[in-house]
Amino acid sequence: MELSLSTRTVAGHKVLEVGGEIDVYTAPQLREHLIALVEGGDRQVVVDLGRVEFLDSTGLGVLVGALKRLRGVDGELSLVCAQERLLKIFRITGLDRVFTLYGTVEAATAGGEGASGAPAATAG
Amino acid sequence: MPTVRLSFSPAAAHVRTARLVGVAVARRAGVATELFDEIRLAIGEACSRAVALHREHNIPDLVEVALVDGDRFTVRVTDRAPIDAGLGPVLPDPPDPVALLDDPTVQLPVGDPSGEEAVAVGMRLALLIGIVDDLSVRPVEAGPGTEVLMSWPTKHGRNGGAAMRMSGQR
Repeated sequence: MELSLSTRTVAGHKVLEVGGEIDVYTAPQLREHLIALVEGGDRQVVVDLGRVEFLDSTGLGVLVGALKRLRGVDGELSLVCAQERLLKIFRITGLDRVFTLYGTVEAATAGGEGASGAPAATAG
Repeated sequence: MPTVRLSFSPAAAHVRTARLVGVAVARRAGVATELFDEIRLAIGEACSRAVALHREHNIPDLVEVALVDGDRFTVRVTDRAPIDAGLGPVLPDPPDPVALLDDPTVQLPVGDPSGEEAVAVGMRLALLIGIVDDLSVRPVEAGPGTEVLMSWPTKHGRNGGAAMRMSGQR
């Protein structure tokens, strides 16, 4: 399965729902989509990885790039991820210290501008 | 003796194929199901690395993957890039992602993914080291290139099978 991307607005946040496989082949699509959101004026972006079946280093690079871009314009990127196999990837790379990971879209968007809902547990 | 060999032109689209074939062979070799996610990711990272090296150095040669079904399930991914280029990004310690994020030299102008690729190279190394217990990267025996060697235990110790060869080129 390749990549599926869809966006919606939840509580003032732009939620990008990603499905399928994020890898060296599909990551450029994700990059372009995230760049378009920032260029379109979105500043509070939530990437929902709930339907992602595979995530590799190229995908992580794209997410880090989006985070840097958004922080550069006083925005923020949050991630929704409850799958242990993906959480493990964030732990191994240390990116769980870089991203705020939430268990649900509701938690990621609950804090309004700051998205200060309870982060997902990343232990275990 | 290799059970399955897969060769593909250095295009990102073929990395998924290598992942799929790798896990299929691992399943047949009797590798525990719970290791499949790690194997899928490790083969993908090793092949992505080889593709990136070939493209960076304009090398049209095929990337080679050998999947050996023996006492352990062994995967060897071979590139043909200059040895210094192949070993350079692999040998250093993985970067601290927090420092990388704050590093102002990692510029990310819109439309230029080079900074993201630098991050990805660091994350690729961290993932390979983090998920593969038996990992080595070394120069190939003849000519330019490096090979990434990885192995995982099998349930049965060994599992015989007829040799099969596959090749793909676009």
